Amino acid sequence: MAWNQTILGTGKDPIPTLSLLLIIAASCLAATSGGWALALRRRPALAQRVATAVLVLGAVLGMAGAVLALAGQGAAWTSDWPTPRASLSMKVDGLSAFFLLPVLGLPALASVYGLGYWPQVERGAQSIRLQLYFGLVTGAMAMVCVAANGILFLAAWEVMALAGFFLVFTEHEKPEVQRAAFVYLAAAHAGNLALFALFALLGRMAGSFEFAAMSGLDGGAPLAGWVFGLALFGFGLKAGLVPLHFWLPGAHAAAPSHVSALMSGVLLKTGIYGILRVTGFFEAVPPAWGGTLLLMGTASAVLGVAFALAQHDVKRLLAYHSVENIGIIAMGAGLALLGRASGNPALVVLGFSGAVLHVVNHATFKGLLFLGAGAVHHATGTRELDHLGGLGRTMPVTAALFLVGAAAISGLPPLNGFASEWLVFLASFQAVVGHGAGSTPLAGLAAPALALVGGLAAACFAKVFGTVFLGHARSSHAEHGHEAARTMLVPMAALALVCAAIGLFPVAWVPSLTRAAGEWSGLPAASLAGAAGEAAHGAWRVSLVALALLAGVGLLAGWRRRRLGSVQPAAPTWGCGFARPSPRMQYTGSSFADQLVLRFGWVFFPRTRVEPPTGLFPRRAAFGSHMPDTVLDLAILPALGSGVRVADRLRAQFGGRVQSKVLLVLLGVLGLLAWLGLR
Amino acid sequence: MTTWADLLFLLVLVLDLFVLASSRLRAGIRAVAAQGGLLALLPVVLAGPATETRHVVALALGALAVKGVGIPWLLARATRESTVNREVAPLVGFAPSMVLGALGIVVAVWYAGPIPLPVPGKHPLLVPTAIGTAWTGLLLIVTRRKAVGQVLGFLVLENGVFVLGLLLSDFMPAMVEVGVLLDLFAAVFVMGLVMFDIQRAFSSLDTEKLASLKD
Repeated sequence: MAWNQTILGTGKDPIPTLSLLLIIAASCLAATSGGWALALRRRPALAQRVATAVLVLGAVLGMAGAVLALAGQGAAWTSDWPTPRASLSMKVDGLSAFFLLPVLGLPALASVYGLGYWPQVERGAQSIRLQLYFGLVTGAMAMVCVAANGILFLAAWEVMALAGFFLVFTEHEKPEVQRAAFVYLAAAHAGNLALFALFALLGRMAGSFEFAAMSGLDGGAPLAGWVFGLALFGFGLKAGLVPLHFWLPGAHAAAPSHVSALMSGVLLKTGIYGILRVTGFFEAVPPAWGGTLLLMGTASAVLGVAFALAQHDVKRLLAYHSVENIGIIAMGAGLALLGRASGNPALVVLGFSGAVLHVVNHATFKGLLFLGAGAVHHATGTRELDHLGGLGRTMPVTAALFLVGAAAISGLPPLNGFASEWLVFLASFQAVVGHGAGSTPLAGLAAPALALVGGLAAACFAKVFGTVFLGHARSSHAEHGHEAARTMLVPMAALALVCAAIGLFPVAWVPSLTRAAGEWSGLPAASLAGAAGEAAHGAWRVSLVALALLAGVGLLAGWRRRRLGSVQPAAPTWGCGFARPSPRMQYTGSSFADQLVLRFGWVFFPRTRVEPPTGLFPRRAAFGSHMPDTVLDLAILPALGSGVRVADRLRAQFGGRVQSKVLLVLLGVLGLLAWLGLR
Repeated sequence: MTTWADLLFLLVLVLDLFVLASSRLRAGIRAVAAQGGLLALLPVVLAGPATETRHVVALALGALAVKGVGIPWLLARATRESTVNREVAPLVGFAPSMVLGALGIVVAVWYAGPIPLPVPGKHPLLVPTAIGTAWTGLLLIVTRRKAVGQVLGFLVLENGVFVLGLLLSDFMPAMVEVGVLLDLFAAVFVMGLVMFDIQRAFSSLDTEKLASLKD
């Protein structure tokens, strides 16, 4: 059509370059993969295998495309889309490629896991529905990562948000699932609303909805502050930055575990992608942007892990850890923005690399942990930490793999969590010691905060691993534990391998991270070279520490085996002199974490129910505690409740007749027209 | 062809005022049918050299069949078969509502001037007619007491939206066709249900009685 060409004014290639072509194919294959489950529903076992195979094939193709792009073969492509101001513009650069790897890889592994965890043979229509939306959300996320037109981005974003809702809604007969899904839907649409405003403003500033026209906008313009604020709200709501995280714990706990892995591992990251993409449009960003992001990130990291400590549902706990890790990523991104504001290339490279590498890392270890939690839930039928225990003996492989994920998320070498957190540490040191004029000493406070977070995370996973896998079974649920099926163990093992590989050799990522940082910040490659050298140096040291640690552990283990020979002592733990100890006398997760949780009394408002023993021969006594989410249960829901009461009263006043309803619409339209006319 | 288009737009506006002023339902239905028929001519008259003939004919025939013939016939049958009083029974008198409608059209002409359009070179009366007709439709819905009168209001409102849709028909013809017809169908469908329900509950089509259902 003639019209489109005049608007776009660009030449068009009929076929995209190979890397982009592979990614587009991946997006289409993934989005349609669930269709096979529906089409072949007469033979459910085959149907699920075909759907999974198509999704995996798409993911492999797309990851190949992303790797090509990381190697420097970025590509852009534009085609007509008969919708005003929209076009099918796509672009893959370093930033997109880094996000595409987990966005495609994790869902593929999770869908393989689904073969054993949510089999179509047993679940029937529910499984078909899940596979349909699982594929759709994967394809939409891939499209979000390569969209280079505001309208296309919003369309893909909306598909992603809705498909995510239906995924959470899978077990829709349960009341807590309904509640969580509708909270998610409301949050997602509030965020989408902000994004519509965001892209309208960006389109106004750039004069077009093409991302190509948006690069190089002035960060000091009056509208730019609004753009950043809207991005922080809209994308922050998706990413789950405190205090916008309120939808996240419920949704992650209510969804099936491989869906939680997908949501926590990659769906949240699209929010981070959006923030990075939008801030990448601007030049001369004000320091306040980086400062705000750093502050929100720090708050998310500290409060996320504190809330996680207080949870006793294993999936809610993992969900709060996602808040924490999103916080760490936001800290890195905030430091990088500060570096751009103060003209400190080393800060840009270190902060950006830490943030983006942590995106990949969090996807792997959080995916692994959610899949592990799913295996435990599948085997025992409960997610309550204090009902589990002793599963290390019945599920040894799951326990070992979960331990790898737990060590990685706690930021311990030789695993990948350490590598990316190390880069963020380096960035915050760089903020202190950097150039005289460009230094931002307050940003150095990120380092102790990050250290605190790492320590608390380690404590929290000591609690989880100890309660679930060690000790004795606390209830009949845990006694019947059995090892997970092989289709569930293989994806977990693959994720654990990726964790170890990235943790041992993070230096392999440094060149592409530096190139992506250069594309994002617009700084010339020459000025980044020194910083890249520093990052590579840091990465090598991480490898050295990791290898030294592995060698040390190996030596110790060998020495122990030689000393012990074949005699392995097997005796129960000392029971403190109780004559008849029972498994219920073990430390529970809540009691283990209580001392730490007390320190955060200023943000928690736990609801406890105590029925103390009374009388000389007490009959029954009970103690229960429940940790409401401070934002959702104590702020948003009460506020919404009073809003609903006002609306009810208004409706009783005006709502009786059709005529008065339409009159209200008419007055609204007139007011809008008058406002537009008078402006 | 500009003069023909002028004439059509003016006739559509005059029919708006006629519907507002008519006291009998049958006359109102006939006026809305005539308006639908006129609107079906519009795509043909406005077609430029760039537009595809196929889409123009499809849009015109579709609009004629649905707006000019189908829905008015359904409405006429509904009034005939239900034992409704054939009077309109407005909440606001005929003369005041006509004055309001005329005022709205004047404001629409004044307001439409500075509105920037996505496609330049369109007929100058197109946007005023669209806004004026939509205004008339809303006015009808607000001021009429009978469900049939309100259905007429919805139809007139849809006619206004259809005129505005013609603005976009050059670059997304299929979308406009499907959108317009689907929207209309949904509106009539909903109103048909409303009429049916009201009549079943109260043996009358007076929406005032709905208020007694209020809690």
